[in-house]
Amino acid sequence: MRYLLGYTFGTISSATITVLVLYHILTGKGERISFAWFLENTTPYMWASVGIGLAVALSIVGAALGIHTTGVSIIGGGVKAPRIKTKNLISIIFCEAVAIYGLITAIVLCGMLDQFNYADVNSSVSLKNQNWFAGYLMFGSGLAVGLVNLSCGIAVGIVGSGAALADAANSALFVKILIVEIFGSAIGLFGLIVGIYMSAKIKMGNKV
Amino acid sequence: MKGCLFNIDGGYLEGLCRGFKCGILQQSDYLNLVQCETLEDLKLHLAGSDYGSFLANEPSPLSVSVIDDKLREKLVIEFQHMRNHSVEPLSQFLDFITYSYMIDNIILLITGTLHQRPISELIPKCHPLGSFEQMEAIHVAATPAELYNAVLVDTPLAPFFVDCISEQDLDEMNIEIIRNTLYKAYLEAFYKFCKDIGGTTADTMCEILAFEADRRAIIITINSFGTELGKDDRAKLYPRCGRLNPDGLAALARADDYEQVKAVAEYYAEYSALFEGAGNNPGDKTLEDKFFEYEVRLNVQAFLQQFHFGVFYSYLKLKEQECRNIVWISECVAQKHRAKIDNYIPIF
Repeated sequence: MRYLLGYTFGTISSATITVLVLYHILTGKGERISFAWFLENTTPYMWASVGIGLAVALSIVGAALGIHTTGVSIIGGGVKAPRIKTKNLISIIFCEAVAIYGLITAIVLCGMLDQFNYADVNSSVSLKNQNWFAGYLMFGSGLAVGLVNLSCGIAVGIVGSGAALADAANSALFVKILIVEIFGSAIGLFGLIVGIYMSAKIKMGNKV
Repeated sequence: MKGCLFNIDGGYLEGLCRGFKCGILQQSDYLNLVQCETLEDLKLHLAGSDYGSFLANEPSPLSVSVIDDKLREKLVIEFQHMRNHSVEPLSQFLDFITYSYMIDNIILLITGTLHQRPISELIPKCHPLGSFEQMEAIHVAATPAELYNAVLVDTPLAPFFVDCISEQDLDEMNIEIIRNTLYKAYLEAFYKFCKDIGGTTADTMCEILAFEADRRAIIITINSFGTELGKDDRAKLYPRCGRLNPDGLAALARADDYEQVKAVAEYYAEYSALFEGAGNNPGDKTLEDKFFEYEVRLNVQAFLQQFHFGVFYSYLKLKEQECRNIVWISECVAQKHRAKIDNYIPIF
């Protein structure tokens, strides 16, 4: 089923792209299939919103995968060793933190999002520069945070699942695996730091 | 990423299975068990382990067969619990495990009917993991073709049985051949199934199944010496998914005595070590015990990796070994024959 869906999606998207490209070429608008044209004519609002969306969405997908991976192992291991259930909630909290990183970034980016006037922007190059730059920055920062948190969530989830099962087998192992998990959780912070640092340069709006 | 995908369907059961595995008796438990004077002592010690009060409702003069039944019953309940909670492809994997018990049951029933035993006496002796609906109809079959058409065609064993329909009638020799042909087809199908699942499951399970196939090939060869089974017929019974395939099996097919089998095993580091210490003198371990020991080691190794199906198979096999150990110890205790009580195979 999974393969069938993936295969269908891949076929449909490549067919669409081929048709669009051929349409543009055959109708004499070949110059429109141009990356530069696409970047220049897309509004910064789109980049900014997609960036914010990716930041929070990818982070939450990561956190959800992590929580699910850890959670089922805690439940399964907890049947025969109920003592692990409270201790291992810490793994769930680590996964949850990943979602919170995404949320923080999204909120910070939302604060930077501002309206601007197209007429003013088109008359001043520096104003246009500033707004377009802000759009790309928000997209980049959102993508960075999202992807970093997606991987971080998966990593923490898998380690957490191992931690739960190891703890169920031998409670002396819990603290040792927890250290691995803390380091796994720390990689999510890297994305957050870079994301926030990127967003510090954002200036959107009608004033230079 | 694979771990996340695995845990969506199999995470809970893997955790559960590992929980069950922690209940397997340790070396210290065995040390306590072998010091028991009576079966009542044994019951008391077992009550302190993961088995709990599984013998509590039994009337007082305990017999070894009661202990054996109860041990098996507990294992079957645990296994069926996991089977009922599983989804594809784990459910199919667990079904595959039960097919081997089904084969044993069919052979038991055919042998029983051959010796004119009533079917009602045989059914309770069957392994509950391998029971299937048409089991009671098995006595109508007089030839393998009838057996196939009347009973097996609706069971999952049907594709394995196709190779032995051509046998003429059911006598001692043919039953043994049917058993081994079925097992060969079963092992090869199981091996292929695990290979198709891929990933860690394939890594761990294929190693275990390859060993199982090689063990069967070696045991068939050794047991065939001095019987009317020809060399060609013997070669047809070897499962072709092990490490011995194809050169080792060809050499085994030519072997005439135990020494030649040993010479074949010399070429394979794992197996030559098993033949090394094995012997029939008092104090030596038999080859069969050596094989069991190696199997236990492989199964314990399956637990070293996470996110694969091998743990379910290994758990069942380890638990079965534990049942054999407990039955061996209680047999020794019951018969006051303590000299060989240490011949059990420790697991951890």
